[in-house]
Amino acid sequence: MIGAATSPLGVAKPRRGEQLIRALLFLAAAVSVLTTALILVALLKEAVSFFGEVGLDFFTDAEWSPLFNPPSFGIWQLLNGTFLITGIAMLVAVPIGLGISVYLSEYAHPRIRRVVKPVLEVLVGVPTVVFGYFALSFVTPTILQDILGLEIQVFNALAAGLAMGFMIVPTIASISEDSMRAVPQGLREGAFGLGATKRQVATKVVFPAAISGIVASIVLGVSRGVGETMIVLVAAGLQPNFGVNPAEGFATITTFMGATAKGDNPAGTIGYESIFACGITLFVLTLAMNTVAIRFVRKYREVYE
Amino acid sequence: MRPSVDPDTIAGAVRAPLAEGRTNRWLELGFQGSLLFCVFAAFAVLAALIGDVLADGLGSLSLDFITDTPSRIVPEASGIGPALAGTLFLMAVCAAFIIPVGIATAVYLEEYANRESRIARFIELNIQNLAAVPSIVYGILGLAFLVRGPLSLGNTMVAGGLTLGLLVLPVLIVAGREAIRAVPNSIREGSMALGATKWQTIWKQVLPAALPGIATGAILSLSRAIGETAPLIVVGAVYFATSVPSSFGDDVTALPIQIFSWVSDPREEYKALAAAGILVLMAILLAMNAVAIWLRNKYEQKW
Repeated sequence: MIGAATSPLGVAKPRRGEQLIRALLFLAAAVSVLTTALILVALLKEAVSFFGEVGLDFFTDAEWSPLFNPPSFGIWQLLNGTFLITGIAMLVAVPIGLGISVYLSEYAHPRIRRVVKPVLEVLVGVPTVVFGYFALSFVTPTILQDILGLEIQVFNALAAGLAMGFMIVPTIASISEDSMRAVPQGLREGAFGLGATKRQVATKVVFPAAISGIVASIVLGVSRGVGETMIVLVAAGLQPNFGVNPAEGFATITTFMGATAKGDNPAGTIGYESIFACGITLFVLTLAMNTVAIRFVRKYREVYE
Repeated sequence: MRPSVDPDTIAGAVRAPLAEGRTNRWLELGFQGSLLFCVFAAFAVLAALIGDVLADGLGSLSLDFITDTPSRIVPEASGIGPALAGTLFLMAVCAAFIIPVGIATAVYLEEYANRESRIARFIELNIQNLAAVPSIVYGILGLAFLVRGPLSLGNTMVAGGLTLGLLVLPVLIVAGREAIRAVPNSIREGSMALGATKWQTIWKQVLPAALPGIATGAILSLSRAIGETAPLIVVGAVYFATSVPSSFGDDVTALPIQIFSWVSDPREEYKALAAAGILVLMAILLAMNAVAIWLRNKYEQKW
């Protein structure tokens, strides 16, 4: 007993097992860093040989037809398609997503919340190929052609954009709602005390206070739209196109990647490499948007208490 | 949280004398109405989507549809047998990969890493960014490093399952971290005070307490992986699998790939098959989500 009491505290024998476990856990955590590194290496390796052959044509050619003879490598048509369809999607997703988030955070009775939230979760869980099917087999023929009587192609940007919009709605609704609910109750009570109405509190107090989260949700929504593959691959057509006519078909960066990967393009061919060139364009675009969203939240977040 | 008075009561009391003539009741009602419209729109679209798929696909759904192989010539004799088996193989690989790696990462970040350290913050930011990488880019990663390149697994179930695993790993890590964080510190301190080592504490106390949350996260990540199509296209999935896959070395095929292949077919009969396939896929997804919600509600502990 005396020996135990006099030996200094805190100098335990090193536990090799504990150290080994810690190292193994660290290795697991490193998998995610390794994933990012490998994504970059995978994209860069083929993209470098693509740009070695194509050079600045990627930015200067007007049209995108890398598999034709003679080929043409301008990315603009694909960017046009990507941002046209994402733009249509945001016209749907921003008002509806924000409307839902204000409703859930400021108006809804807890019982109604308990119904609406699971429905949004189901909407999140719908695989995107199903949204594509919905756009192609219902939105275009039934809504756009039969009910609205639009002159519209079978594969068109409008149906794909509308379906994509509803895919993005839950993203915007849930992130915005979280940031609105984080606004302290005291702010609302102060405004009510000054005679503000519920609408005024929602739009003039809560909305501005939650703006960082709201903007982040919209940027993340755009990023999801830009990276979405299956809806556009199924419903927007494969033809690279210029313009803003949503009744026409548009290829996007992701449709080109999907359609080309589906075909037979052996490694080393320009077709194979063009998938990677599109991939790195997509990666850079979405990474930039995600970084903006994270920065925005950090910089403009109102911190209470 | 401090006790709060229902805002309506305050507003009602104050509105009358102060805001008379300035607030427009109709404006208030119109605003609330348009918010309700937004909720209604989301419900309506989901209902239309489910209704459309049911109307198109219910007729083709049968026991034979579940077991038959797809046919290019006879749509009536087509089925999702190989695709369904492929999805099961992919999920097995995916689960075997993400469950240990995801939980280990969550444990490392919550229990070991110094929150302020550069490396922990870097890993965290990295996971945030990975969650925003488009799924098709993961397909490229799989194609370059798993299917071809150093591992050269070919377009097998193993390569496909690992690709999906990398894609959904961030989902599980985030859920796992939340579950571990929710375990109160007193449990850890109690365990340590009784002489347990750090790992004994984590293994015997923290992880069992966090298990429901982790299991929910695992199911939700797998349900995300099940519906993914784009990465499998890039990895080199087979569109018309003529036989049911029987091993992890067989070519990738999966339910969403089969659905996509039928959707792309302009013939009307194949559209019905696609819808029937979607019904099966959605049924699996709903079942998984129901299990996850049930787990969460049944075992969720309030500390």
